[in-house]
Amino acid sequence: MTVFRHELRQGRLSLAVWTLSIGFMLGLCILIYPSMAAQMDEVSAMFSQMGGFSRAFGMDRINFGSFPGFFSVECGNVLGLGGGFYAALIGIQALAKEESGHTAEFLLAHPISRRSVVAQKLLAVLAQVAILNLVNIAITAACVIIIGEEPPVKSLFLMFTAYFLMQVETAAILFGISAFLRTGGAGLGLGLAAMFYFLNIVANLMEETAFLKYFTPYGFTDGAQILTDGALCGKYLAAGAIFTLLGIAAAFTWYQRKDIG
Amino acid sequence: MNAIQTENLTKLYGKHRGINNVTLTVPEGDFFGFIGPNGAGKSTTIRLCLGLIAPTSGSVRIFGKEVREDTTGILRQVGYLPSETAFYNGMRVRELLKLSADLRKMDCREEAERLCRALDLDPDRKIDQLSLGNRKKAGIVCALQHKPRLYILDEPTSGLDPLIQREFYRLLQERNKEGATVFLSSHVLSEVQRYCAHAAIIREGKLLTTGSVEELGHTGVKRVSLQGAQRVPALPGVRSGKAEGNTVSFLYSGEPGQLLSALAALPVTDVSISEPDLEEVFLHYYNKEGEV
Repeated sequence: MTVFRHELRQGRLSLAVWTLSIGFMLGLCILIYPSMAAQMDEVSAMFSQMGGFSRAFGMDRINFGSFPGFFSVECGNVLGLGGGFYAALIGIQALAKEESGHTAEFLLAHPISRRSVVAQKLLAVLAQVAILNLVNIAITAACVIIIGEEPPVKSLFLMFTAYFLMQVETAAILFGISAFLRTGGAGLGLGLAAMFYFLNIVANLMEETAFLKYFTPYGFTDGAQILTDGALCGKYLAAGAIFTLLGIAAAFTWYQRKDIG
Repeated sequence: MNAIQTENLTKLYGKHRGINNVTLTVPEGDFFGFIGPNGAGKSTTIRLCLGLIAPTSGSVRIFGKEVREDTTGILRQVGYLPSETAFYNGMRVRELLKLSADLRKMDCREEAERLCRALDLDPDRKIDQLSLGNRKKAGIVCALQHKPRLYILDEPTSGLDPLIQREFYRLLQERNKEGATVFLSSHVLSEVQRYCAHAAIIREGKLLTTGSVEELGHTGVKRVSLQGAQRVPALPGVRSGKAEGNTVSFLYSGEPGQLLSALAALPVTDVSISEPDLEEVFLHYYNKEGEV
């Protein structure tokens, strides 16, 4: 597991910065909830009547005044955008950075199979995404206790699971793309993550565009649906699992025969 | 057994030339130089030997095994130094050497310390702060610390000062005496002539010749420069003549006696007869192939 340990070591600063930035925003959102809760009835009514904008963010179907409703929109956006962007960034750079940094020749001239390199790098990406989420779960728990709110354990568990799986899918798709690149591709990674995010917003707008949810990792992170059904949406999860496996399979297949120069 | 054996090895990069039908044999225990100008295909051949790139056609065998079939097994016995040494930023030399040893599942600390001392490399320095030469030294230690059976070194001395170059070659000779095979690429002919037993010359992706360094050096061609003469003497074996001011120079591959008689009849004020430079040696072999 030398490559795995090396990857975690190389990525530790970036992981710390992203985790703490997201954690800070998440904590801030939770801590301001009590002062907002008092005005929530009006805010909730207003938010639910903004037509397409409300639909785009699922605010027409949730009670923004309840803590789970508030968390799903405010904190969901922080976790969705921040976590999604981080997952995209480490996914797209995982394999490509060796060639853009000219270290691929060093690494692959050692007696380690490419399959093992891909597997260890993939594990490192997943471990970093998991660490980011675990720290943010701890920050959320601490902040919920601080504001004296009864923790909606099941809702929070479902939402964190959804965002973790979204980040895993995003990372896996971009990990697959990473195998084809010879440069770092950070711009491409962030661009695709933003596209996935906006694809979900477009999918929320109209019935005709709802099918787009199958093609974005954000499809199963809809807070309104999760809170209403008390479960993640199976069909979008299944689509996500397929894209995740495709990304991973592409990385293993292509990197195995890629020319390193 | 042959350490390296390539047969009709070809690598094409789309429209760009890689290497074409390179057949090369390096016996185990040899000290082999691979000479060619920049862009000749040396690094491409080396990358094919390491399984970093796949051949378009042909085969590479290292210690009798097809590279693409048992890359990991082969790399366990190889120490490689790339021509451009790039490492992970933020690491110290000692950490890099440990990473390299860990990737081989070996403990090389003792040998690494010895090599660092010999090459005057401080293992506690950060890699980002190292000069080009010191980065090269770190690469050399990575390639040598596990005492492999075969050393594949791509332009190993570029960036090293002459004293360290000498020490580096002393280390290689030591390993070679212990039975290891050394295969190094260079565009410096004198370096290969001094240390290697055998060599091959590659140019524009094609292997021009291979043999003992002694044979290759004796091309029978001399570079002749004459001061005071106005024209190139009309002799058989004279070519590539050029006149600049009151100096003429040309390559000569004819009888020495005929040249001296011709020079005696010319109003020369100074004469220099020397070994041709590398480019001219290339041209010699290139002409022999009948391709120019």
